Amino acid sequence: MSQLPPHITATGKKRPAPAERTPVYALVGNPNCGKSTLFNALTGLKQKVGNYPGVTVEKKIGETYSQHGKPIKIIDLPGAYSLAARSPDEAVTRDVLLGRRADTPQPDRILCIVDATNLERNLYLVHQILDLGRPVILVVNMMDLAKVSGLEVRIGRLEQELGIPVIACEAVNSKGIVDLKLAMSRVDLPLARHSWDVPAAVASAVAELQASLTDNDGRSPLVARAEALLLLTDFDTVRVAGSTPLSVKTTEILAHWQRHWEGEGTDWAGSLVASRYDAITGLCLGIVQQAGVTGPSASDKIDAVVIHPFWGWLVLGGVMTLLFLSIFTFAEIPMNWIDTHIAALATWVKGAMAPGDLRDLLTDGVISGVGGVLVFLPQILILFFFIGLLENTGYMARAAFIMDRLMSRVGLNGKSFIPLLSSYACAIPGIMATRTIEDPKDRLVTILVAPLMSCSARLPVYLLMIAALLPGDAVPVFTKVGIMLLMYVIGTIGAFGFAWLFKRTLLKGAPPMMIMELPPYRLPRLRDVLFQMFERAGLFLKRAGTIILGISIVLWFLTTYPKHPAPDATAMQQIAHSFAGRAGHVIEPLIKPLGFDWRVGIGLITSFAAREVFVSSMGVIFGVEGSGDQTVPLRDALRHATWPSGAALFTPLVCLTLMVYYVFAMQCISTVAVVKRETNGWKWPLFQIAYMTGTAWLVCLIIYQTGRALGY
Amino acid sequence: MSASLKLSSLALGTSARVKDFPRTGNTFVRLREMGLLPGTMVTFIRAAPLGDPLEFKLRGYHLTLRREEAEQITIEA
Repeated sequence: MSQLPPHITATGKKRPAPAERTPVYALVGNPNCGKSTLFNALTGLKQKVGNYPGVTVEKKIGETYSQHGKPIKIIDLPGAYSLAARSPDEAVTRDVLLGRRADTPQPDRILCIVDATNLERNLYLVHQILDLGRPVILVVNMMDLAKVSGLEVRIGRLEQELGIPVIACEAVNSKGIVDLKLAMSRVDLPLARHSWDVPAAVASAVAELQASLTDNDGRSPLVARAEALLLLTDFDTVRVAGSTPLSVKTTEILAHWQRHWEGEGTDWAGSLVASRYDAITGLCLGIVQQAGVTGPSASDKIDAVVIHPFWGWLVLGGVMTLLFLSIFTFAEIPMNWIDTHIAALATWVKGAMAPGDLRDLLTDGVISGVGGVLVFLPQILILFFFIGLLENTGYMARAAFIMDRLMSRVGLNGKSFIPLLSSYACAIPGIMATRTIEDPKDRLVTILVAPLMSCSARLPVYLLMIAALLPGDAVPVFTKVGIMLLMYVIGTIGAFGFAWLFKRTLLKGAPPMMIMELPPYRLPRLRDVLFQMFERAGLFLKRAGTIILGISIVLWFLTTYPKHPAPDATAMQQIAHSFAGRAGHVIEPLIKPLGFDWRVGIGLITSFAAREVFVSSMGVIFGVEGSGDQTVPLRDALRHATWPSGAALFTPLVCLTLMVYYVFAMQCISTVAVVKRETNGWKWPLFQIAYMTGTAWLVCLIIYQTGRALGY
Repeated sequence: MSASLKLSSLALGTSARVKDFPRTGNTFVRLREMGLLPGTMVTFIRAAPLGDPLEFKLRGYHLTLRREEAEQITIEA
């Protein structure tokens, strides 16, 4: 134990001797400093991605090997600007480093990565980490970019000043990785020569808090001091599930000092941050040298166009058009492929197994249910790819910067833009992309309204209803497109309207800030983007898979049982006789005011799995079965469908109402599953189902009844 | 006159030293930690196409702020 500082063994947890166990490194750094690239370069594909229990923060653990072939574990902590946490991500980083999360081992050593072009701000976090008295290796990344911008960073001198290993690195080009691994393989690492002047005004408060944290909160002396400094930097930092609360005594001492300083007019937090920056500026004085004046950087030149008052919109429009074009053209091919293969698989199982309920469960429940979700996977992958590309190039921040003004009208900030936009294709990647929004309330509002953006699964429903609404081929295309666009507009207005409403009522919070770094543009590594894409898609399948499977089976059961007494009953007769059919009758009084009968009700129930299921359900119910395009025969069948009284069922008004119903109603189990995972429980997905479907009912009621009153 | 000069009134492309800003509030604690302190040199790079937020350069990186926040930060003339 001799090589470890005493406070590690003083945490109360029993630890085996370092030689026997795999050493754990934590990788820490500011956002946008190349941390993920370094993590990928170190660990390759040996990564495990999960979640910190209770918080939706990604937990990434990877493994690499030392020079001697011994395994080394690396925890990739979320990017942070400071340990005085301002977001759940930063709170996790702080808690792991302070050894306050029971679900994560306290790292033995810390790997700090900083951006050479921006050393002072990056060193702020490092400075806080050095307070912990842990062995630290400092990686100075982006040395190539620093050189381009005329900066000379003297690595040797920095190493001398700090007394810890400092490695120059270009993670994107895999330069410096060997040196880094050598340093990581060292049996003992020196502790930093780290002393700085805590301002006199707060020194006694630091001492008092440190004593209380050691006595009442069980912290080791060094961690207690570091934590005392963090508490004084920011009194109300973010706490997340898994953070241990402070003892009453410590909280009292904090409150006492706060009152004292407020009375005195002392700017305690400001003086602490300032003295850290003073120390850092002093350190950088002899280390960073601006060698000559350089003109505007490549990034500045790109931004002159990309954020231009006129060209900026064109670029944004172009990027978005490209995104949607690729989703609707490229995704088509694999989607058809998946569709036919799932159908072929179902046919094969049908032939290979004896007829019976088990066979039907497999083919009609499992295969068609899960297949219905898999079909959207190509779209989801393309969206994840684009989102990854936007993040890795730096354009994501620009889009947020441009759109912030508009988003602020409804109380959100620019970071909600890309998630909401992605939801036009599919809400799932959109909802998963909300992780970049730091403020938990803003994030939740974005998640809640994202499914109101008309996604591609609504298209088949819209198309069928437009065909039924405007029969005949003589109808001008413009009218059809116009109705379609109207649905998109209604959905968008709904999303922003509800965002505005939620921000004013349910999730009222401080006005969101827009403190955001605009990182320099980078050419992303295709490997990193693809890796991220598969990782996210895998996460979605893993998380949503069981829920999707479960609900698919339930829905199959509802349409299959009880069995129709006649053995030669048609599919139409069977579904009418089933629980779903009966449920259709049960809900008929509820949906009759909207102009829907029990058969439409069955469609509403079965398409809870996914919206496009409505089309196939209508096919079964109205006796139009068969593969291929059903729109035309189904359209004709719908036109002839009547109420028992003989009145037409699918009047133009009903078709329109039904489309609006699908704009608002929450009819997608995959989204429900993802929202459940992203919000950590059933509360918000259930709320979302209630408010969306409730709105759908209400709006449809108003449209249908007004339409009837007007004589349609 | 110079006492009330605001960061939001900085002309495009010009630089100034930060004089003072509110001590409390989430926004301002974080701004300090990101290196925007009294005495820091700040350059106004551009406003977003719709006039808000604003982009500044300090300590070698680019930072965005809403106009509302920039109005509370004073600069030395």
